[in-house]
Amino acid sequence: MIRHDYSRVDPKRRANLDYKKKQFAKPEFKQQDYEHRLNYYILPPTAEITLEEFETWAINRLKVLSELEACSFRNKTPEETTEYMTGIINKYLPLRSNSSRSQNLQGERKKDHYSHFILRLAFSATEDLRRRFARLETMLFRLRFKDDDIRERKEFVSSLKLEWEEVGEDEKKEFGSELIAAGGVRKGEEQEWFKVDWERVPELVEQRRVFLRRGKAYVPQREQMSLVVAEFTKRLDDALELTARALPRLDEDDRLAPILAHLSQSFATPDAAYSSSDASIDGLSTITAASIDTLSTHFPMCMQNLHTNLKANSHLKHYGRLQYTLFLKGIGLNLDECIVFWRRSFKLMTDDKFAKEYKYNIRHSYGDVGGDANRRGRGYTPYSCQKILTEPLPGAGQNHGCPYRTFTVDNLTALLQKTGVNDRDLLRTVKEDVGKQRYHVACNRVFEWAHRREIKKVKDDGSWSATDLDTIVHPNTYFKRSWLLKHLGEGNVGVVNGGEKMEE
Amino acid sequence: MPQADAQPLKPEPEPQAQDVTMSDTPSPVQGSNDKVNLEDLFDDEDSDPEFPSSVPQINSEEEPSQTEPIKITPRSSFSDPEIIRAFYQRLFPFRYLFQWLNHSAAPSNDFAHREFAFTLPNDAYLRYQSFTTADLLRKQCIQMLPTRFEIGPVYSSNPRERKTLRKASAFRPVSKELVFDIDMTDYDDVRTCCTGASICHKCWSFITMAIKVVDVALREDFGFKHILWVYSGRRGAHAWVCDKRARLLDDSRRRAIAGYLELLKGGDQGGKKVNIRRPLHPHLDRSLEILKRHFQTSILIEQDPWGAEDKYAHLLQLLPDPTLRAALQKKWDSSPSRASTAKWADIDALAKTGALSKSSRDLLEAKQDIVLEYTYPRLDAEVSKKLNHLLKSPFVVHPGTGRVCVPIDTRKVEEFDPLGVPTVTQLLTEIDEWEGEEGKDGGKKLQDWEKTNLKPYVEFFRTFVAGLLKEEKGGVKREREDGGDAMEF
Ligand SMILES: [Zn+2]
Repeated sequence: MIRHDYSRVDPKRRANLDYKKKQFAKPEFKQQDYEHRLNYYILPPTAEITLEEFETWAINRLKVLSELEACSFRNKTPEETTEYMTGIINKYLPLRSNSSRSQNLQGERKKDHYSHFILRLAFSATEDLRRRFARLETMLFRLRFKDDDIRERKEFVSSLKLEWEEVGEDEKKEFGSELIAAGGVRKGEEQEWFKVDWERVPELVEQRRVFLRRGKAYVPQREQMSLVVAEFTKRLDDALELTARALPRLDEDDRLAPILAHLSQSFATPDAAYSSSDASIDGLSTITAASIDTLSTHFPMCMQNLHTNLKANSHLKHYGRLQYTLFLKGIGLNLDECIVFWRRSFKLMTDDKFAKEYKYNIRHSYGDVGGDANRRGRGYTPYSCQKILTEPLPGAGQNHGCPYRTFTVDNLTALLQKTGVNDRDLLRTVKEDVGKQRYHVACNRVFEWAHRREIKKVKDDGSWSATDLDTIVHPNTYFKRSWLLKHLGEGNVGVVNGGEKMEE
Repeated sequence: MPQADAQPLKPEPEPQAQDVTMSDTPSPVQGSNDKVNLEDLFDDEDSDPEFPSSVPQINSEEEPSQTEPIKITPRSSFSDPEIIRAFYQRLFPFRYLFQWLNHSAAPSNDFAHREFAFTLPNDAYLRYQSFTTADLLRKQCIQMLPTRFEIGPVYSSNPRERKTLRKASAFRPVSKELVFDIDMTDYDDVRTCCTGASICHKCWSFITMAIKVVDVALREDFGFKHILWVYSGRRGAHAWVCDKRARLLDDSRRRAIAGYLELLKGGDQGGKKVNIRRPLHPHLDRSLEILKRHFQTSILIEQDPWGAEDKYAHLLQLLPDPTLRAALQKKWDSSPSRASTAKWADIDALAKTGALSKSSRDLLEAKQDIVLEYTYPRLDAEVSKKLNHLLKSPFVVHPGTGRVCVPIDTRKVEEFDPLGVPTVTQLLTEIDEWEGEEGKDGGKKLQDWEKTNLKPYVEFFRTFVAGLLKEEKGGVKREREDGGDAMEF
């Protein structure tokens, strides 16, 4: 069990403690009660949670934020984003309204509250991370605000006490035509306005969607959301700033530091552990060394590239072999077949040389040899996109890594065209993604294009949910999803799999 | 010895920082040989009625004319080093500039942490200059003879020491006036009287219109009070919004104001540049009311934009009604050089005779859009959007025209004559011509600027600064009173 004293990281809160009240204050660190579904995250958590909860909750929230970011990278419309995210959120970070009468409301809200604050710690270190975190949290808040129960939302907003001055009847009369001209009034709409300092609604000002007078913006009722959201962002920005300043003190807690460091790293590319369920694909018969070539059409670019180079040169250097072997192991190729595969591929090599110099490494990867730990762990885990993207770049003659990262733009385009990706718009956006170092986004884009008909089908007939089509962050997921989509309607394969698809 | 370093900000002119030898630059750090002694700073015997006490006395600025008279000959050029030196020595109002940027009489970080950027005679561009007092700024100007200098933001620490800071984040811009830049180049597609760098009274009215529209919006809509308009020295104007609330705006708020004021979209590709919804936003409605009056004279008569045969196609293009367009085309093809005023009147005249397929409401709105396209302010919005953008200081000399960048009194904005703004050579001549009359003034020694045509401009600036300081003083007091112990951490 751990207890983390959050008051250390929020000097603002500390400063607000009234010394007169202090002596009567009840001991802290008690369970908080969550009256509302939505949360401005003003008060830091005070109850104890386990180290495991600490990490799991944070990873779940990170998953949601990463998917949101992927939506914005892919320019999804707000409607598409809402549709896509609903499944993701329900799975990883459900947050139901009071009216749902769910038994676990308090538990959901606690997880939401704590995970937010944990990520705040993880992402306050650099300005870049802070900005990104605030942007994504704002998106999440907006998404939830929009679909909140109308009555409960109203209660939440009034609980915020945002100091909005209501525009009185006198002013409404005096500036009637200006108010209507600025905000545009729709039929049947309540004609109510708030008055706030214009700095609080910069977007509305920029687009001339509010009436301004002497530094005050007259905001129509319907724009309330942008006010609430802007205020959310502002408070979060301020709080992150404060957390950043208090952060060095946190290093003292050596149990949390590695977890937080790992979290902020995975923010670069969402990490995903390999799951053994990725290897068991319904309808896919046992994979043999001979079937790899056929199956390689379902491989992501990083593996297809290794496969092609292996065929062309009858050889791959160490890191390429390792990356590829683990991937093959991940799709379900057993050790014996894997050895056969490499032996056949290294055509120009004597059996003796192969046995001496290469076989051992393959067996080691499978956990067939090596120390106890290696064997118990059944060898190495197949590499995730994050792992592949953070490895050293390949040198001359090496082919490992992610082509979206390691290839020049021209070579990447040629490679994509060779594999049948020839849509000009797609190639252009891929170029943009790569320019912004969003390699996994580019890869997902290519996947979606290559499987566009199948994806449409499973979406239309509802056989796959949004979570079944979430962002791919592991080469083995890429393979599995590609294979399933291309074999729809063949036997059992309509079902993605029985249970959990990804281990967290 | 501080290193004056030159960092390129703009792509051109190519900075030649390496060539600048700084070895004999006076040190701007206090305690050096430069005589900024504390007695001077707290000298109570101040004769200026507007700042009766505790105003730093910049002695060297008060030195009247012991310096030898400058010989201005008809062949003197305003970029001669001697001319520039004399200008900084005798005319430039360093003291009021200091008070303006410092926001109080006693030296503070508002001035000391402010970035100045110098453009030197060899075109080298020196960024991150800073000064603790007006006198040190003056000394460096006299030493380096910058052809102009620009003013940037106040930073979180002294700009000259930014490289010694351990963390880069400890050096960041904190505040700066909200600024606007209006330049005639942006009007080239609607300006017929002049081209390029030249201006005349006719085209200056574009700037006049812009000042009127922007100034009223900043005051009425945003509630700003301390707005200084400055002639840019050739063919434009700058605005400095100095209210504290404006100085503290971050980039997103600056962008919001720029966007609020920006209207014309679409660059030079032709086509319709105004696309706005109806009813008009109150700011646009008010702007249209202001601009309509200017449209008749400044545009139709003086610019006559559609008078020539090849010009009225654009006007036709801006009218949405095909029937009306055809009728007008026919009429104008038979008398192509009808004046713009007549052509503008033709629109309504033909519409009344029934040559209209759409509603008269559509036509009215199209005409409003045309008025706005030809008159609405064209801001160089990028200048306004960034807290750390630099802008040329008021009162420097424009190197191309020799004219001083003087303030514009918006209460008399229509009377402002850019071609009547004094040049540096003219002003120095005026000092020389005054010499004979010295002493008649009852003993009080005049400052050099008071002997010249710069006087009304410096006085206007002084009054402006006094108003700003008065408000800042009140503001500080109020903060102290109700801030109380909220300032604990
Ligand atoms: Zn002109």
